[in-house]
Amino acid sequence: MPSPNQTPKAVPIPPAGSALILLKINGVDRSLSIDPRTSLLDVLREHLSLTGPKKGCNQGACGACTVLMDGQRVLSCLSLAVQLEGREITTIEGIANGELHPLQAAFIEHDGFQCGYCTPGQICSAIGMFQEFQNGLPSAVTGDMAAATIEFSDTEIKERMSGNLCRCGAYVGICEAIHSAFDREVAK
Amino acid sequence: MKSFAYARAADLETAVQLLSKTPNAKLLGGGTNLVDLMRENIEQPDALVDVTGLPLDRIQERPDGGLVIGATVRNTAVAVHPVVRDRYPLLAQAIVFGASGQIRNMATVAGNLMQRTRCLYFYDHAARCNKRAPGAGCDAIGGFNRMHAILGASDSCIATHPSDMCVALAALNAKVKVVGPNGERTIAFEDFHRLPEDTPHIETDLQPGELITGIEIPPLGFARRSLYRKIRDRASYAFALVSVAAALEVDNGKVRNIRLALGGVAHKPWRATEAERVLAGANAGPESFRQAAEAELAPARGLAHNDFKIELAKRTIVGVLGELAGG
Ligand SMILES: Cc1cc2nc3c(=O)[nH]c(=O)nc-3n(C[C@H](O)[C@H](O)[C@H](O)COP(=O)(O)OP(=O)(O)OC[C@H]3O[C@@H](n4cnc5c(N)ncnc54)[C@H](O)[C@@H]3O)c2cc1C
Ligand code: SF4
Ligand code: FES
Ligand code: FES
Repeated sequence: MPSPNQTPKAVPIPPAGSALILLKINGVDRSLSIDPRTSLLDVLREHLSLTGPKKGCNQGACGACTVLMDGQRVLSCLSLAVQLEGREITTIEGIANGELHPLQAAFIEHDGFQCGYCTPGQICSAIGMFQEFQNGLPSAVTGDMAAATIEFSDTEIKERMSGNLCRCGAYVGICEAIHSAFDREVAK
Repeated sequence: MKSFAYARAADLETAVQLLSKTPNAKLLGGGTNLVDLMRENIEQPDALVDVTGLPLDRIQERPDGGLVIGATVRNTAVAVHPVVRDRYPLLAQAIVFGASGQIRNMATVAGNLMQRTRCLYFYDHAARCNKRAPGAGCDAIGGFNRMHAILGASDSCIATHPSDMCVALAALNAKVKVVGPNGERTIAFEDFHRLPEDTPHIETDLQPGELITGIEIPPLGFARRSLYRKIRDRASYAFALVSVAAALEVDNGKVRNIRLALGGVAHKPWRATEAERVLAGANAGPESFRQAAEAELAPARGLAHNDFKIELAKRTIVGVLGELAGG
């Protein structure tokens, strides 16, 4: 129970200005001194030259800035980097492991892009999306929220990927690429 | 964005002290609403107290079958929880109908409750807005008001509360647990969000220095048969024009138990008490569903562009109840 009459005992708020944070980005520990206003997206692009994540809208509407945080897909434009101390961030630059990730290969195989601007976000998002699917998370088109198994259908993929816009309209190829990379895993 | 100081609170006591003793401080959850508003200079806190490190990140089952959901639990974690999916399907469904996968992974339960309106004039510094600048006027009333309220609005503000999750919580009679300099208290969900009246800038019953610690959901056996339906301008990733959360129990063709709430229609998640009253003991059929919808929407007032929402809300109520009744 907080007692109102004590003065704050811990973590006095530091003056506005700079903050020191430690992040693990694509497997590498990074220690950064940043203004607390800096978004994760700006840290990645401006401070670390990881320009895979794109700044499409900078307000949560397009998904081009999607990265994985501790394996979960998030929007780096709405994340303040200062909040993410100790987190593990994976960008498109860290997805391949010696050879292309199966989903990257599938995007090439199935024409999952035209200009490629949305692609890093699409790929990170789809990897996170598939993990959510495997965890049993229902979606807005699932119907029965308590369903023990959900079909990995086009409708499910489209709904789950609706946070990633593609101005070139490569949606058909994106959906095919996701099927071809993950259908085998679903069967397991 | 204005410059601010940042602190991560490790325990509740520290969080409350930092919040109440630091001038112009705000709490930071997932940041999906606050960071955006700060970037637009609509919110201008001098300090942020990050609550995501607080030990409020668990979902606990209560002995009576209810749940307590910690304030910092992410929206996705609520929707995937087996007990939520099984006992409160409307809650899981309302969550997955909101925002996008990425945003739901970041958004906290408390942040979802506290998210601010999506009224475009509220976001536009060139427009007059009583919510952003009390006393300035409201450009939405005579402006483009397709997304705005049809129930409980005032001459000061016609904005809607944008949350989907909160509509389900209203139907479930949830309670909001808060703590502040004067200790803990619990707020009934219907008392948590406010109607605009002449102070639209005051949106909730949360007092200065208070923070949300969690949501209590009482047991509700018949909620196993429940539904959330959201009507929007595109198939996915858009705010509600109208939404309906409902749980229904039918016995021998009569309504035995009913919970109904509407979203997208008012400054707060709208518990449809009038419709519930009409339906108690009534025939579980389309005529009584329509009567109940008429009764609930009787006080509704449409404006230039949102008049259609009145009929849309009625039909959505009838459709959802019909589906739950198995017809
Ligand atoms: C593009 C986009 C589309 C969206 N679409 C939808 C939609 O369709 N449906 C929907 O429901 N939502 C939608 N959202 C909104 C989203 O649900 C909210 O932004 C989110 O729930 C806010 O949670 P947060 O933890 O990120 O809050 P934050 O942004 O961190 O904070 C929001 C507010 O809550 C306060 N707060 C945070 N924690 C506490 C606490 N413990 N106690 C008291 N106050 C606290 C903060 O001070 C702030 O005022 C959308 C958002 C975006 C960006
Ligand atoms: S409806 Fe409310 S939020 Fe929108 S402009 Fe009017 S006062 Fe502001
Ligand atoms: S840049 Fe982050 S969602 Fe568009
Ligand atoms: S490939 Fe051009 S935006 Fe998607």
